[in-house]
Amino acid sequence: MSSRKSKSNNLIHAECLSQVQRILRERFCHQSPHSNLFGAQVQYKHLSELLKRTAIHGESNSVLIIGPRGSGKTMLINHALKELMEIEEMSENVLQVHLNGLLQINDKIALKEITRQLNLENVVGDKVFGSFAENLSFLLEALKKGDRTSSCPVIFILDEFDLFAHHKNQTLLYNLFDISQSAQTPIAVIGLTCRLYVKIFKEQLSLPAEFPEKLFAEKWNENAQCLSEERSVQEVLQKHFNISKNLRSLHMLLMLSLNRVTASHPFMTAVDLMEASQLCSMDSKANIVHGLSVLEICLIIAMKHLNDLYEEEPFNFQMVYNEFQKFVQRKAHSVYNFEKPVVMKAFEHLQQLELIKPVEKTSGNSQREYQLMKLLLDNTQIMNALQKYPNCPTDVRQWATSSLSWL
Amino acid sequence: MTHLENVVLCRESQVSTLQALFGERHHFSFPSIFIYGHTASGKTYVTQTLLKTLELPHVFVNCVECFTLRLLLEQILNKLNHLSSSEDGYSTEITCETFNDFVHLFKQVTKAENLKDQTVYIVLDKAECLRDMEANLLPGFLRLQELADRNVTVIFLSEIVWEKFRPNTGCFEPFVLYFPDYSIGNLQKILSHDHPPEYSADFYAAYINILLGVFYTVCRDLKELRHLAVLNFPKYCEPVVKGEASERDTRKLWRNIEPHLKKAMQTVYLREISSSQWEKLQKDDTDLGQLKGLSAHTHVELPYYSKFILIAAYLASYNPARTDKRFFLKHHGKIKKTNFLKKHEKTSNHLLGPKPFPLDRLLAILYSIVDSRVAPTANIFSQITSLVTLQLLTLVGHDDQLDGPKYKCTVSLDFIRAISRTVNFDIIKYLYDFL
Repeated sequence: MSSRKSKSNNLIHAECLSQVQRILRERFCHQSPHSNLFGAQVQYKHLSELLKRTAIHGESNSVLIIGPRGSGKTMLINHALKELMEIEEMSENVLQVHLNGLLQINDKIALKEITRQLNLENVVGDKVFGSFAENLSFLLEALKKGDRTSSCPVIFILDEFDLFAHHKNQTLLYNLFDISQSAQTPIAVIGLTCRLYVKIFKEQLSLPAEFPEKLFAEKWNENAQCLSEERSVQEVLQKHFNISKNLRSLHMLLMLSLNRVTASHPFMTAVDLMEASQLCSMDSKANIVHGLSVLEICLIIAMKHLNDLYEEEPFNFQMVYNEFQKFVQRKAHSVYNFEKPVVMKAFEHLQQLELIKPVEKTSGNSQREYQLMKLLLDNTQIMNALQKYPNCPTDVRQWATSSLSWL
Repeated sequence: MTHLENVVLCRESQVSTLQALFGERHHFSFPSIFIYGHTASGKTYVTQTLLKTLELPHVFVNCVECFTLRLLLEQILNKLNHLSSSEDGYSTEITCETFNDFVHLFKQVTKAENLKDQTVYIVLDKAECLRDMEANLLPGFLRLQELADRNVTVIFLSEIVWEKFRPNTGCFEPFVLYFPDYSIGNLQKILSHDHPPEYSADFYAAYINILLGVFYTVCRDLKELRHLAVLNFPKYCEPVVKGEASERDTRKLWRNIEPHLKKAMQTVYLREISSSQWEKLQKDDTDLGQLKGLSAHTHVELPYYSKFILIAAYLASYNPARTDKRFFLKHHGKIKKTNFLKKHEKTSNHLLGPKPFPLDRLLAILYSIVDSRVAPTANIFSQITSLVTLQLLTLVGHDDQLDGPKYKCTVSLDFIRAISRTVNFDIIKYLYDFL
């Protein structure tokens, strides 16, 4: 009886969990618009009013939304547009054009995109015909012929706005702002560009009210509440907030912990969050150094000594090989005295991993051994990586701590 | 997932992380995943095997092959097209020139029936090449899920860490996953996995042990070690085949193979000789002592005066000009020793590299070191130009400068010592760094 009950419990759990995963993944990965705006209410009201004035009263406006990456600009504008479209007269009258600086990298492509989205007469199917000059004059005519009373308002949303400002002569921007200033077709130009934590955490993790399995949803939300009150979890969140204040990094952390939720482990725990936090804050260069061979580690230590002795002046392979020879020749039996080409191959592997970099671009004339290089690791990184290095020979480790130990 | 465990060794935790990330078919996954780790740590292999075993719709592109934007974008779209229309073998090739068109075409292609409700994966191998292409490509791919508004995940595989990819103005941060390097136990396990069926697993495991003992401190690259293991195994089995030793005679086998492996490190490992040459040498059982690779200096034979020109060039490059008087004049008078001998270890010319010298200095040194009288004929000058063609000397400075060309000597110390031995010239006596 009890086994059957637990089996059916497991089944319910699996079903619920699949649903939970779907909802939360959509929230964290797909950035679906959510109801709460986390402190952007004032901006939201302002923006929403501005859009309404363009749509209803035919007023032309331009707005630039600035904020660091992940601060919710796209989310804000999507929310405002969604609300606008819900008003019935708007959805028929207002035209929207969405442009992105990453996709439309020059004015020609941008123009084609605008005509395609506005579905003007020179668009057949999905292709836009005509040259750049023809398209531009066509578009400008279409926009200039109207006035407030008889033509549809158009809202232009330019994402990654700073990239548009890099286009040649900034034709597009100039024309758009020009039209918005003169009394022609009312257009609103909105540019987006980049330049309360524990509560947010709880809110992001909670399941929405429409979740089918009420019992499970309650248990899940209770768990989320408990987690947000635990001290260790609050420490993790504080650390994360100190590194980056945006919502996306929180989503990454929650996504990592969500991965550990399975049928046998149905509720998230503080341990999950702490391990996820550790994964997020790994030093990737230290990981790469961990996988190097002993010879390559010796070369890095030789470079470290050269840097200490000559105060970060660039070095070349010959100097590093010289240092390495000095180490090997003082009765260090654990490291075999390798031939110079073998050491050169190890040196080139370090260059391929971009742990060392040439100071200036290679010219065909100079020999590889004499090309000046820089080391892209600093002393603390090297010493930390050496601590974790598996099976490090003791004399190599001693050599790292002091180059003068042989005197 | 036992099939997966048999095929993919020593990567259980990475496979489970990836599986958890992918989630169920119709679930959204993280828009971009960045996988980094050393070469031959299994990134490509694990990703491909996992996607194939789980039968998820995916496209695999190697960015090294796509040196233009168009090649990359068209490859992705055409492969997706093939995925979705697998019944009729014939489908039109899509052309795509810009990233904007790519997003539009991508939206169309993923409307197909069998791609509609699932996550589509785009895997970009050797992703470091994307940094050198157009500036909008990398940020665009990182956000492809948002830009195309479809359920797609882009996976980047690379050897270089993520911090070196990040654009200056920031971008959408991907999920970063690290594939750790194999430990020596793991390497042993994987290498012993492909033992030939004629011999026992223990015999092969002992051989791998010896191989790792020689090569592990130098190289941890699984591909290189596998190559070396396959090349040298016939030599290891030789005593057993000839009947001189049994499979258990580890000492005798070790004594047979160890010098052979040391020789392999100087030649095959450095690709100084090709693998087929190495195999041929093993079969012929020649004495490997005389084996010399491509860079050995015995391959170059120069005429008599060219050798002296090269020696003079080496002396001109590595001795400072003020010391010429002391080395090359018969009566150099008194020279203050303290001033002369003041040198730092760092400024030893052999560490800094050769210095350029004018033609006149080369000729002056040449006249002083050659015993007989040498006339400055066109013969001598043409020999200098031939040395430049052979890349033993290099011309420094502009090609147009006809009067006063400057040269630099680009040979190594071992090379020049071998050459000077053939003409009975003691070059060490004339080098400033060895005073």
